[in-house]
Amino acid sequence: MNKTNPVIKVKGFATNQSVRLSEKTMAKTVQANNFLTDLADVFFFISRFLRETFSRNFEFKEFLRQCFQIGYKSLPLISITGTIMGLVLTIQSRPVLIKFGAVTMLPGMVAISLIREMGPVITALICAGKIGSGMGAELGSMRVTEQIDAMEVSSTNPMRFLVVTRVWAAMIMIPLLILYADAFGILGSWAGANLKGDVSFVLFFSQAFSHVKFMDFLPAVIKSFFFGAVIGFVGCYKGYNAGRGTESVGIAANSAVVLASLLVIIVDMIAVQITDMLV
Amino acid sequence: MNTSQPEMISKVLNKTTGGDPVIEINHLRKSFGQQEVLKNMSVSLMKGENLVVLGKSGSGKSVLIKCIVGLLNADGGTINVFNKNVLAMSREELGELRQKIGFLFQSGALYDSMTVKENLEFPLRRIKKEMTENERSEKINEVLENVGLADALNKMPSQLSGGMRKRISLARTIVVDPMIMLYDEPTTGLDPITSDEISSLINDVQKKYKTSSIIITHDINCAHNTANRIVMLKDGEIYMEGKTADFENSSDPFIQSFFQKS
Repeated sequence: MNKTNPVIKVKGFATNQSVRLSEKTMAKTVQANNFLTDLADVFFFISRFLRETFSRNFEFKEFLRQCFQIGYKSLPLISITGTIMGLVLTIQSRPVLIKFGAVTMLPGMVAISLIREMGPVITALICAGKIGSGMGAELGSMRVTEQIDAMEVSSTNPMRFLVVTRVWAAMIMIPLLILYADAFGILGSWAGANLKGDVSFVLFFSQAFSHVKFMDFLPAVIKSFFFGAVIGFVGCYKGYNAGRGTESVGIAANSAVVLASLLVIIVDMIAVQITDMLV
Repeated sequence: MNTSQPEMISKVLNKTTGGDPVIEINHLRKSFGQQEVLKNMSVSLMKGENLVVLGKSGSGKSVLIKCIVGLLNADGGTINVFNKNVLAMSREELGELRQKIGFLFQSGALYDSMTVKENLEFPLRRIKKEMTENERSEKINEVLENVGLADALNKMPSQLSGGMRKRISLARTIVVDPMIMLYDEPTTGLDPITSDEISSLINDVQKKYKTSSIIITHDINCAHNTANRIVMLKDGEIYMEGKTADFENSSDPFIQSFFQKS
């Protein structure tokens, strides 16, 4: 008894400690492994996208269908959002500008705010919700119901047919939607200015565009192209790689919106820094 | 000279069926993480025969046919389809091979955003590129008549019942005249009458299109109606192989319980 008891106590203590330590180490290793696997998956997905983009047999008909889905079908939502954006901005800024005696600056200020920042970011966030989640849910449900596998066994490259067309459609249509939202924003601003004043349509637009330069448009258009890329990539990636159960569709749609919105803000921050350095 | 077990089976079957093997699977292994789904699996499909693969859920039946078309990558062994090893094929070679194989998915896997006509046109436009618009329409009408749904041409998949979806899915698979058919649980979720109709359609496809088929199922009626030969899987390995009568007369408790309970 005297011989065995201390040995058992020391051995038990050491074993518990080492088990806890090894469990923690294993958990961290699994986390790191999952993170690196996800990262590798993303790079693999992007490399496949690039390879399929520049391969032959681009699915042009499907690309046009996606342009219609993403662009034309978003017009009512973007029109309303753009108009309200301009209207609210005008109603909020007008009293301050009157206080400083600078109400004539209102059209120019609203136009620059909309074109440089508010139009691109708010429209991109709306698109992340509508288009990103749509892509995540559609491709996710296609994955769950084996439609992507069916496409693959019927000698169609699903990456080329589903992903390349959607991402390119998003990259082209979202900048156009943003310009469209800017136009409706300025229209809404004119309506807002006329709620408590009287400004003619021609005067308001000529004043607005007299302050806007080409270099206000260019960075906004370039960054909106990246917003489109981010929304398209995230939506397609989440949907294409959805799990097997039906709950995966919801998860794919939800995480597509969250991640795309976050990345839009991050891309905007980087774009603003770069524009600030260059212009 | 030593002859391996699958080679011996192939030779015996060649004599009995008179056909050549179109698919030869040797020592196939497939795991998902720690779980070994297929262990040293060897089986052949002869030209013109209907091979039914029976087994409990999770025994690796669907994994087997997904490995054959390259939807899943096997961990080891060989899968020779028309004497070419699928596991050593490039993406382009696999694409060419898949044009000769029809795959009927368990869920039907009809494209939700397309009408029945567009669903059938989709593989035709990609595989039979030489066809004219009229030839495509004729072919689509022909296969729809074969599955008894000629009037469903402009319907959306959401407007179809489970049995109709399976039939349309079968029509989409046979529209490109495949040489091999792989059926993944073709009667699952269907009522007994519709199941029998699907089983007889499988036989019709075999006769009319001269296909060789692997039918994955745990439906004994379907197996009984369609099988030229049955392979029973258990725990990722072949448990028994033979004709329907061999299984029905078997005194093995597992086979008996399966045949009685299914």
